[in-house]
Amino acid sequence: MSTQIRDLWRILARSGEQSVPAAEPEASPASVEIAPYDPLVAYLQSARGVVEIDRLELDSAALRSLREAGVKLTVPLVAQGELIGLLNLGQRLSEQEYSVDDRALLSSLATQAAPALRVAQLVRQQKDQARRSERLEQELRIARLIQQTLLPRELPKLPGWEVAAYYRPAREVGGDFYDFIHLEDGTLGVIVADVTDKGVPAALVMATTRSVLHAAAERLISPSQVLARVNNQLIPNMPENMFVTCLYSVLDPLKRTFRFANAGHGLAFRRGVGGVSELKATGMPLGLMPDMRYEENEVVILPGETILLQSDGLAEAHNSRREMFGFPRVKQLLSDHPSGPAVLIATLVAELERFTAGGWEHEDDVTLLAIECSALGGKAAETARLAAPEVTLLPLQAEFNIPSRPGNERLAIQKVSEAVQDIDLSSSRLEKLKTAVGEATMNAMEHGNKYQEDLPVHISLQASNEKLSVFISDHGGGERIPKAATPNLEAKLDGLQSPRGWGLFLIQNMVDDLKVTSDETHHTVELILHLEGGQHG
Amino acid sequence: MAEAQLEANVRLQAGMAIIDLRGDIDGFAEAALVAAYLETSELQPSALALNFSQVDYINSTGIALIVGLLARARKDKHPVIAFGLSDHFAEIFEITRLSDFMRIVSDEAAALQGTAEEKSL
Repeated sequence: MSTQIRDLWRILARSGEQSVPAAEPEASPASVEIAPYDPLVAYLQSARGVVEIDRLELDSAALRSLREAGVKLTVPLVAQGELIGLLNLGQRLSEQEYSVDDRALLSSLATQAAPALRVAQLVRQQKDQARRSERLEQELRIARLIQQTLLPRELPKLPGWEVAAYYRPAREVGGDFYDFIHLEDGTLGVIVADVTDKGVPAALVMATTRSVLHAAAERLISPSQVLARVNNQLIPNMPENMFVTCLYSVLDPLKRTFRFANAGHGLAFRRGVGGVSELKATGMPLGLMPDMRYEENEVVILPGETILLQSDGLAEAHNSRREMFGFPRVKQLLSDHPSGPAVLIATLVAELERFTAGGWEHEDDVTLLAIECSALGGKAAETARLAAPEVTLLPLQAEFNIPSRPGNERLAIQKVSEAVQDIDLSSSRLEKLKTAVGEATMNAMEHGNKYQEDLPVHISLQASNEKLSVFISDHGGGERIPKAATPNLEAKLDGLQSPRGWGLFLIQNMVDDLKVTSDETHHTVELILHLEGGQHG
Repeated sequence: MAEAQLEANVRLQAGMAIIDLRGDIDGFAEAALVAAYLETSELQPSALALNFSQVDYINSTGIALIVGLLARARKDKHPVIAFGLSDHFAEIFEITRLSDFMRIVSDEAAALQGTAEEKSL
């Protein structure tokens, strides 16, 4: 309100009917502040026409200010019932009173000026809003850039171990990050962390935390000592109301030990022969209080066992009924899906999509890391100890749901084609992949989901420099998937067999490898193209 | 995703019925393919040629439709020729062994030439 009135005052000052010299309008006593709840506002809101300031009897600070500024008349500018400004006039230069005609002219002027002023105000508000939006978008771009730069482009290659990672940023870009540190003794440091707050501030704290963590991990062996040092180093420069939760662990691929300490981060799970258990260790988040001590624990991972590390983005996701996905559900899914890390992650993501039914607005980042021991010992493990990180895991290209509707396999083909456009595939390989994706999606829609549109087909992609995997999941779990057999074309041509039945056969011939996993509720087909040393065509 | 359409237009060229296919050969293509085949039957052709040069997409259901068409043509004793296949579709025809039962040539001229040669033998 005060700004609007100040602006009107300036307009008035330039018009010549003012209480200050026209030659120095910018030096005029232009700032007449009127508080929103000043009684003058209520009065002027309902006043009609010109108001003589000297005749008003109100206990109003604004009124006093107007008088002190030499205002004799004021004309409320009202648009759509809202007081949007005042037309203030001082003493006439002729020192005569304002005439009836003057007042009529002012009233008429105010009637015409009010809507014009309102339009001008709205235009300015829109411009301000556009500038704010542009600035926010720019900040989001910067935050995303920082975050993507910090996430590892390499997954560790440890023979005898399978590692899969998944990261999806929230709409506003949260503070999740994960990382791997190859330590000198052949062990592997694994970080999963989450910075409170979002956007650029979170991204900057993430960058700092990552650097400090790397430095500490390279000097200290014990995860608890690493977290304690990082905590103390972060505290002096941690912005107010911000902190970092972090689970730092050290995996020894030879001894198969997993040592970990937790600075207030979400639950980690171990899926072992005896079921799923929580990996518990207590500790305060980083950056809150100095000289914290962190509990440290160690487990031995047996062949076939899996560790799942995560941020809280999955467990704390909400559906449209404001129900939370929850750690118990994560634990149950982990228990129900005894397959490899990549399939496990694809299953969790598919369940998240199903749970939120497309209504999820990416409240928070989602980070998932799965590490599985796939049986290895002796010299092979010794070799594995020294293996350099050779696998490059590109960021997840895409994931999406396809409604189960006839013809929608074309949509799946289109989206997968877009997702893999940065991967160096020959046109022949791409065409084969497209055919395989189309066929697998058709099967999923028809056989898995019975063409029920509310049961979408979930498709996700993961790529490394060794292979590209496309996971296609439907809701047909519990039903047996027939093995691909070579169709008997002669029998079909002779009318002895249905001419149909080419789908699985085509898929198998279009990709380098095909894996099918299923449980009670889902089927997942993994289409694999080897990108190096594979069958290139 | 809009339902794709297949156009199948029939013409007679030097005694050979040519079906010019345009669009997608999938589950929505059955009516167009069957109608086109019936139209060719009325022409009493010496052979039947399928022009795939403007086909964008063939899926397994489309393969099944082609198998069905091929079965009818064999029953009617019409040799079937396919031309204009992209490299990818040609490979699919090989994998499915459709190429064992229909002659695959590059273009219409080759299809007509082959038919003429067969006639002269």
